[in-house]
Amino acid sequence: MTGDPRAISMTVNGREVTLTVEPRVSLADALRQDLGLTGTHVGCEHGVCGSCTVLVDGTAVRSCLLFAVQAEGTAVETVEGLARGSALHPLQEAFRRHHALQCGFCTPGVLMTLVELLRADPCPTEAAVRDALSGNLCRCTGYQPIVAAALDAATVLAAEAAP
Amino acid sequence: MKAPPFDYHRPASLDEALGLLAGQPDARILAGGQSLVPMLNMRLAAPATLIDINRVDGLDRIEEGADRVTLGAMVRQRALEASPVVRRRLPLLAEAVAQIGHPVTRNRGTVGGSLCHLDPAAEIPAAALALDARLVAASARGTRRLAMEEFALGMMTTGLEPDEMLVAVELAAWPEGHGAGFAEFARRPGDFAMASAAALVALDGAGRVDAVRLVLGAVAATPLRVTEAEAMLMGRTPDTTLIAEAAALAGPCVTLEDPQAPLWYRARLATAMAKRALTAAVGRADRKRVAA
Amino acid sequence: MTATVMTATLGTRVPRIEDPALLRGAGRFVDDLRLPGTLHAAFVRSPYAHARVLGIDTADARALPGVAAVLTAADLTPLLTDLRLPIAFPEGQLPPEVMPFALVRDEALHVGEPVVIVVASSRRVAEDAAERVVVEYEPLPAVTDPRAALDAGAERACSTADGNLFKRFRVAFGEVDAAFAGAHAVVAERFRLHRGGGSPMETRGVVARHCSESGELTVWSSTQMPHELRHTLAERLSLPEDRVRVVTPDVGGGFGTKYLVYPEEVAVAAAARALDATVKWIEDRQEHFVSAIQERDQHWSVEMALDGDGRLLAVRGTLVHDQGAYAPHSVNVPFNSATSLPGPYALPAYDMDVAVVRTNLVPVIPVRGAGYPQGCFVMERLMDRAAERLGLDRAEIRRRNLIRPDQMPYPTPMRTRAGAPIAYDSGDYPACQAMGLEAIGYDGFGARQAAARAAGRHIGLGIAHAVKGTGRGPFESGLVRVMPDGRVSVYTGALAMGQGLKTALAQIAADTLGVPVERVDVIAGDTGFVSLGHGGYASRQTVTAGSSVLMAARAVREKALAVASGLLEAAAADLVIRDGMVEVDGVPGMAVPLARIAGMLRGLPGYAFPDGVSAGLEAVEHARFDQLAYANAFHACEVEVDVETGGVRILRYVAVTDCGRRINPLIVDGQVTGGIVHGIGNALLEEFRHDEQGQPLTTTFADYLLPTAHDAPPIELLYRESPSPLNPLGVKGAGEVGVIPVTAAVVSAVEDALAPFGARFAEAPLSPVRILETLLQTGLRTGPRNGEGGTP
Ligand code: FES
Ligand code: FES
Repeated sequence: MTGDPRAISMTVNGREVTLTVEPRVSLADALRQDLGLTGTHVGCEHGVCGSCTVLVDGTAVRSCLLFAVQAEGTAVETVEGLARGSALHPLQEAFRRHHALQCGFCTPGVLMTLVELLRADPCPTEAAVRDALSGNLCRCTGYQPIVAAALDAATVLAAEAAP
Repeated sequence: MKAPPFDYHRPASLDEALGLLAGQPDARILAGGQSLVPMLNMRLAAPATLIDINRVDGLDRIEEGADRVTLGAMVRQRALEASPVVRRRLPLLAEAVAQIGHPVTRNRGTVGGSLCHLDPAAEIPAAALALDARLVAASARGTRRLAMEEFALGMMTTGLEPDEMLVAVELAAWPEGHGAGFAEFARRPGDFAMASAAALVALDGAGRVDAVRLVLGAVAATPLRVTEAEAMLMGRTPDTTLIAEAAALAGPCVTLEDPQAPLWYRARLATAMAKRALTAAVGRADRKRVAA
Repeated sequence: MTATVMTATLGTRVPRIEDPALLRGAGRFVDDLRLPGTLHAAFVRSPYAHARVLGIDTADARALPGVAAVLTAADLTPLLTDLRLPIAFPEGQLPPEVMPFALVRDEALHVGEPVVIVVASSRRVAEDAAERVVVEYEPLPAVTDPRAALDAGAERACSTADGNLFKRFRVAFGEVDAAFAGAHAVVAERFRLHRGGGSPMETRGVVARHCSESGELTVWSSTQMPHELRHTLAERLSLPEDRVRVVTPDVGGGFGTKYLVYPEEVAVAAAARALDATVKWIEDRQEHFVSAIQERDQHWSVEMALDGDGRLLAVRGTLVHDQGAYAPHSVNVPFNSATSLPGPYALPAYDMDVAVVRTNLVPVIPVRGAGYPQGCFVMERLMDRAAERLGLDRAEIRRRNLIRPDQMPYPTPMRTRAGAPIAYDSGDYPACQAMGLEAIGYDGFGARQAAARAAGRHIGLGIAHAVKGTGRGPFESGLVRVMPDGRVSVYTGALAMGQGLKTALAQIAADTLGVPVERVDVIAGDTGFVSLGHGGYASRQTVTAGSSVLMAARAVREKALAVASGLLEAAAADLVIRDGMVEVDGVPGMAVPLARIAGMLRGLPGYAFPDGVSAGLEAVEHARFDQLAYANAFHACEVEVDVETGGVRILRYVAVTDCGRRINPLIVDGQVTGGIVHGIGNALLEEFRHDEQGQPLTTTFADYLLPTAHDAPPIELLYRESPSPLNPLGVKGAGEVGVIPVTAAVVSAVEDALAPFGARFAEAPLSPVRILETLLQTGLRTGPRNGEGGTP
């Protein structure tokens, strides 16, 4: 029958997983519903809000616009994989310091967008941060604290990386 | 808002993809998915089959030739931005691509997807027209090349046959020292443009226009070349007044309108964008060094 | 009460206790609940703005594998005491017909109104089935313009109603006609404010679990009013209230959108009961655009009378308010708009005639700002007009009319809907204005503007004031309990939806009880823990819940000290609580942990119990509030307008806020910044559009434009603190005052930038096309007047 489920495997936050999904299931829904990784949020399902942003093979993507079957064999990173055990990731710490989240619904997508940015551009300008964030809608914070947190986290990460 | 059911195929080779396409009456090609998947999720499209070409080998190459640069259909918009070849040989495209959506959508969005979706406001089709694009269409029957005029038939309508797939686009690389400018206006940066303009200018040793292209986006069903403006500029020194005069010819070309951007408004925007694109292109063009 | 030092954390930037889980992706939003056996709902919604339902055929849908139920209004009717939702706000004396049905029975009154609920094994299957439901409609004429709707002979938005007028009322005081007769100058204008919304990033959602074994209905809903929802469900489903529990999980923003018991919540709960199952419905974004409430659509025609010095004599006019298809919150939005118009100004006479009109559009209830932004916009625009007419500086004319600090508390002649006098409790409006003008560099702006104009750039500066009543009563619950392990639990009927409520309440409890903030847990919006509550709206929670928690924590402290005093053989006055230990001040080692006292007060069967105290180291309070605490703000911004495109860029934004004492300045900064950016959306971007048939034209985030990181300007935040005398914390709400003046300030700045062209704006949002259209009508064709500025 049209769209019969199929088994796929991928790595999620470093863990090999196998799941059986209909082709029409988005990666966002598969992560949330099949794998129980509900940190990735769905705010629009039409690719505008950015809440569902995850990394696939290191690249930030809208997981509502990618079918889970398309992610077969890839390495997916979600917000759940960000913290370092019991310690928060420096970006997460900076978000807390700067009050860069309120309701926290947009936050996982915002974090993953910034993770990609900071890996590619460890010392971004404010303009670069705003540009990276421009595809993530946040209704609560007014963005200013998010920008500040990203720039602050960049400094912390750069200091960590220094020999 | 969940997509309706469909059959999913993920060919590994072009032949396999073309074979599937030939055999499936109600199939859609899935490239970057940034336009198609929202339509599926909203159930505005319900194809029986999706042919995912993301893993088809060899569709993501950027090849530099003597006077053309060939972009595979699956070259991501983000890869274009980052490509030294594109920056050097196709600065117009590099500037245009940076204005598409947002970094995260450009991560997935592709050259071919944008051309085939053919949204009137999209940046890549406008740049492609300015760059004399030749579109390479393949099917199980063979390969053919289409000029942009043959490809962009109408509002979101391409000249591809149902069994054909866009595999690459060949863009004219203007000589070193040419100037390029791409300007657009949208409600918010990253939104679809309400008007855009792409300009290419080459100057001679005396600073006169030696070659010029002016293309408008978002003003008609398909991107539009403003040949009258080009003719006006040819052979003359492009000062502010001349640029403004040439740009003023953009306004009357506008035929697209909607309540959010009525004709008169788009016309003013088209003129303003044409002026900005031309000004940028002229400012970036070198005078041709006269051979000693 | 004994020695209590408000210590440690109050007034400091304590990082939020909410954050760690949310940052790890471990928040629990309603869609994150994955209860075994959950069925999923989808709705069939009216595609017409106004239509009669002639018949519904569900056979095809029911035949689809995986479908558990397909229910229509007829199916729900026997399950509910009344298919129609109850009126929650009766004071407007509106008839029951102003409320929607749980599912449309005979007549759909707006596009998106739910007609059929489909329950299936997954949301995907539910949507597949919903596509197979066939509803036969007879389309009826749609009413979409509230002004035309009042004409005699206008089509009716609801065929069973007498007309399209929900209600007409006046807000009036003083001798208006005499004031106008003796006025030195009168300025008049019509204003239009278009529809906008809350647009929380998390849509609505509800999970209802019915268990026939226990007879219990448990509902998790992304709502701002859990107690009201419980009451409604219990009543409509004929269940005892204590068999219904409503739990609010993490809420991904509300902004007013979720402050309503919605038809879908009742339909989902009814379906769960009918199926004796767990049913989940998560609204998708497109449903949200056509079925979640909206706000702000108003038409004003107003005139202002002034004396020769620019002092206000009177304001009068009419307000036509588009209420949409239903009036679930009575007339509170237009009422707020009308009563908020005077704002910070001493207004001797006022007469506003308000018509609340039914249209075939999405219903209106308050969105962040709750009608105040409209009143503020009208008043502040008129102030600019008056300044121009009288040749006065815009700041000076405001200064002359602001209520002075020595007039505080300032009773206005107006009354709230509940009949209490509207009286401003505290604040120094002139000082806020002075601070803001200084920060934006008001005095030097003329020179900057002239230099920019000489260079062909069009910059402008705008200013606006706002006053917002906060801390709406009648009360909020606060229960403070020391657990046997020494942790402190705080329960409240107030609602956490992202504002940092839990942190603020934890700070209050922690400081009062002498424990670290990390040792406090806050449970908000769970009807299983506190029986009474009013939820989150009207910037009320820090004021109301904060005060209750403070009072309850103080009572707990008293109790702990009383018990400790016996145990330590010391006078209560000599005791202090530090880090969870009650100590004899200055005598190290003489101490008893709160945990032990909590254990003792649990009691042991048959053993003695401490004298003079009641059981449990806990207390509950419902601090009562009959009056509002008025926060105020003064905003100033600088914009640049591109006269070729009509594009507006905000270059700088200064906000002076006085929300009384700030429990946590970090959180207040967040509230104000978020409010300002929401306001920028209202001013420049956000607009729900529809065609003449009432078909919505903005049904995605690509059409309805929220501000992005590019649209948010650099914002400078300044504060004054005028403690409210009305509550023990001295606080005022901060959640809305940030949004209120933004539209007025931004539009004023745009107009100032384009002053050389003589452009005037009396509407919002200001789209680029509207700006250019205005320029064309005024001066662009001929260029600026007086040779000022550059031609495009
Ligand atoms: S849910 Fe994917 S972009 Fe909004
Ligand atoms: S924190 Fe609520 S949407 Fe961003």
